[in-house]
Amino acid sequence: MTATDTSATGETAQKIRVLIAKPGLDGHDRGAKIVARALRDGGCEVIYTGIRQTPQMIAEAALQEDVDVIGLSILSGAHLELFPRIVDELKSRGLDDVLLFCGGIIPEDDSEALNALGFKAVFRPGTNTQEIVSFVYDNVKHE
Amino acid sequence: MTDIVERFFAGDRRALSRILTRVENGTPAGRDHLRQLFPRSGRAHTIGMTGSAGSGKSTLTGALAGELRKRGHRVGIIAVDPSSPFTQGAILGDRIRMQDLVLDEGVFVRSMATRGAIGGLAPAIDDVVAVMDAFGFPYVFIETVGAGQDEVEIAGTALTTVLVNNPGTGDDIQALKAGIIEIADVLVVNKADRPGADILVSQLKALLALVPSEGRDPPILSTVATTGEGVPALVDAIDEHREYLDSSGGLREQRLQDARHQVLSIAQRILLAQIRRDTPEETLAGLVGQVADRALDPHTAAERLLDRERATEAV
Repeated sequence: MTATDTSATGETAQKIRVLIAKPGLDGHDRGAKIVARALRDGGCEVIYTGIRQTPQMIAEAALQEDVDVIGLSILSGAHLELFPRIVDELKSRGLDDVLLFCGGIIPEDDSEALNALGFKAVFRPGTNTQEIVSFVYDNVKHE
Repeated sequence: MTDIVERFFAGDRRALSRILTRVENGTPAGRDHLRQLFPRSGRAHTIGMTGSAGSGKSTLTGALAGELRKRGHRVGIIAVDPSSPFTQGAILGDRIRMQDLVLDEGVFVRSMATRGAIGGLAPAIDDVVAVMDAFGFPYVFIETVGAGQDEVEIAGTALTTVLVNNPGTGDDIQALKAGIIEIADVLVVNKADRPGADILVSQLKALLALVPSEGRDPPILSTVATTGEGVPALVDAIDEHREYLDSSGGLREQRLQDARHQVLSIAQRILLAQIRRDTPEETLAGLVGQVADRALDPHTAAERLLDRERATEAV
């Protein structure tokens, strides 16, 4: 495989910027890292925040990094507690055009509530990572 | 003046963030914003943080920002991580080391990918620094990718270059080699609680004694970024270097040098982009094929590319 020559053209074409974050107290970040890696391999610039992020921290990182997409990973079961607060924090900063998705241990029954909150997709264990990459490319809105 | 630039000058962080994106992407809007902002830049103390991967650049940058906040200053941070040469994707993970700063409105951290640039920085780095500068941060840190020996571009972007070293990472021959150590204005031995720190400090001192002095010897400081040990002294050393530049007349000279480098490298990029745009793919593929088959040497091939270019212009 050969590295693609982009430096020579001087073009710094638009890149999809994705924030991958883990809200709440569970420390299991294997899934988040695998998704981050898959999106990296898909050509995205992925900002990884690490574990134990509060809703304010996630929204603030999204603002500073001007991301197009936010993916939240959660395995603690607190998604219906935390996600609405994250969405509020995003809105209060004027970040209402960001594509949201989430994944982890999330019951099927909660999908409707999450969709209503603005999450365009919920990915559960066993999801093919390529599906997540395709979702991002199909749904991202560039300015 | 466009609405977003007005909001930028009023201190709107969302406007800052969006302008950074457009400037980084080199869009026409970004170019336009930069034109309006640029006259207001040039006030910040820009500080380059460089050193090998895992040397503690991010953690130390976070600790320095924390100390500057205690002293009442606002801080901008630009953290660069590498893009994949194959997919152009990137994982930008420097923020993880700066968690304490996330909710402080006086700090703004922006991650950037190298996007194919060589030298440890990103193609649009100077433009992005100018935006942070114009926003009014008195201190702007630029953290390079893990840089080992020859990534010296940072010296042309920052006023003060801090080289972060670690104990136990090589013998004194490594330090003797030309390159990155020559650009350092301040030397740091981070992780100074580890064995070998004292030896490294004396090796660096001995090495610097061999460098012809131009009136100022770079200080060598020991830090433990994770505990904050030595961090206030490092802030003092960084400030001292800025005062030295101001008082010695070096500032003007450095700004001229940096501006020359910037203008020439942008001109180089524009020329290359023109050649790429005006050269039909089959022409390029033909020349490249001959070089790969050893029928033509690469210098001659490049000259033919340029001759073609000039011939087109003449028409």
